[in-house]
Amino acid sequence: MSANIVAILYLISALLFIFALRGLSHPESSRMGNIFGIMGMVIAIFTTLMFKSVLSYYEIGAAILIGGAIGSTIALRIEMTALPQLVAAFHSLVGLAAVFVAAAAYYDPVAFKIGEFGSIKTASLVEMSIGTFIGAITFSGSVLAFGKLQGTISGKPIVFRFQHIINALIFLFIIFLIILFVINQSPTIFWSIVLVSILLGFLVVIPIGGADMPVVVSMLNSYSGWAACGIGFTLSNNLLIITGALVGASGAILSYIMSKGMNRSIINVVLGGFGGEQDNSSNKNNSDKIVKQGNAEDAAYIMKNADSVIIVPGYGMAVAQAQHALREMGDILKKEGIEVRYAIHPVAGRMPGHMNVLLAEANVPYEEVLELDEINHDFPMTEVSFVIGANDVTNPAAKTDESSPIYGMPILDVEKSQSVLFIKRSMATGYSGVDNELFYRDNTTMLFGDAKKMCEDIVKSLSN
Amino acid sequence: MEAHSSEVFVIGLTVFFLACIIGYYVVWSVTPALHSPLMGVTNAISSVIIVGAILAAGPQGFDTSKIFGLIGVVLASVNIFGGFLVTYRMLSMFKKKPKKQKE
Repeated sequence: MSANIVAILYLISALLFIFALRGLSHPESSRMGNIFGIMGMVIAIFTTLMFKSVLSYYEIGAAILIGGAIGSTIALRIEMTALPQLVAAFHSLVGLAAVFVAAAAYYDPVAFKIGEFGSIKTASLVEMSIGTFIGAITFSGSVLAFGKLQGTISGKPIVFRFQHIINALIFLFIIFLIILFVINQSPTIFWSIVLVSILLGFLVVIPIGGADMPVVVSMLNSYSGWAACGIGFTLSNNLLIITGALVGASGAILSYIMSKGMNRSIINVVLGGFGGEQDNSSNKNNSDKIVKQGNAEDAAYIMKNADSVIIVPGYGMAVAQAQHALREMGDILKKEGIEVRYAIHPVAGRMPGHMNVLLAEANVPYEEVLELDEINHDFPMTEVSFVIGANDVTNPAAKTDESSPIYGMPILDVEKSQSVLFIKRSMATGYSGVDNELFYRDNTTMLFGDAKKMCEDIVKSLSN
Repeated sequence: MEAHSSEVFVIGLTVFFLACIIGYYVVWSVTPALHSPLMGVTNAISSVIIVGAILAAGPQGFDTSKIFGLIGVVLASVNIFGGFLVTYRMLSMFKKKPKKQKE
């Protein structure tokens, strides 16, 4: 195939990827978008297989089959609540693949037309090192993020002295290694870049706590794109550059949206040390305040007599797998003629859009699921807010208490509704460690217990 | 693919910045409800580095570069299949529900 035909096929593939993202602007067009994405990928792979230099079809076919089988099995078996871990694991593979491609280009530059082993062109060496560096950071950072999300590693931020200075020094050391690599092209230096970058990836994610994971997962998403870009420059391949840039931009925007949802700068999140789950020992000053406690029957009674209910789900709903029981509750209420809607805070859950997927899994129609901006002004006209597994995103202190760590964070105004039902396992604070004054208000009823069990009990009481 | 020269690099840079701008506008148009599927799709398409892995694995015989290439192909394939499939699963949950039937 001539170079021009290859370039055109790659262009078609890149355009299909753009349409794949564009399709996600609406749920109805999104499935077509996914198909465009698959088509783009198939075209890209077959075009590359047509290259004159590509001869070992059996080995490549076997490799695709092995990878495909593993990927398909995982994707079909995974529980929707475990999505954030899965995405983190997948990001680590993109990073690792980028490292391997860079290594392959380094050992066989002729196959990529970037010079000969030992005398690779300087520009290619720089691009290769940057691709390797970002790929390796993506790899180790994602592995650690996976561990934290999966619970293999504690979600608590691990902070030690001089952390940022150490990271900065390691970064400078990597730049030094890259310069050295460009000069002497030694394999030792190449692998040193890989190893030190892997170390830096760990160190960057280690201080970031569990609840900040939406930002981290988005950031790693972005990195995996830039890694692909770096490889694209090394191979002078526009398809890789375009796709990498799309993915990089996407991850960056998601990180921005997530950190804005917490009223923090991305820098602040990356520097870390904030989102640790804390125990309830920190809110002793409130121990004398009175909390109104209720049970499932009370909750059922309150909601049955309302005409509008807004449900506010959070990570606790995912942990308890309560989405199905919750939807059942919503269905009964709707049958009684009560208006039921769901309000989603941008950082609810452990990855962007986490709650939306879980509610969709439970068959909640997406028209009933609204974003913060769309629904926040409706709380004053709402009779009951039903908070399930969320905490900080409803805390009025974010608006009133300037000394609070969550001050300035946009919150869902549940306190403006006539009454608030709050499912919680205990009086523990949210990830920010801030007490929620909402618990002590007259119109708040606390429902202590497991979110799923509570929803099931409410369903029982409602059907009686 | 042509040999590397400063000209090729500048073309690459042009493509890069234009793609960033397209990415910026396209991603802002994604509805927040579909941010998880967005991560699934971007994850799958970023595995287009399989193209580089295939080139490395292409030549006959067995050397270091080829082995790295094949490993790259396996890793990228896990992502391609896994990414598109999990996105498919997510998106099929966002189907418009048929009007509720009375029980």
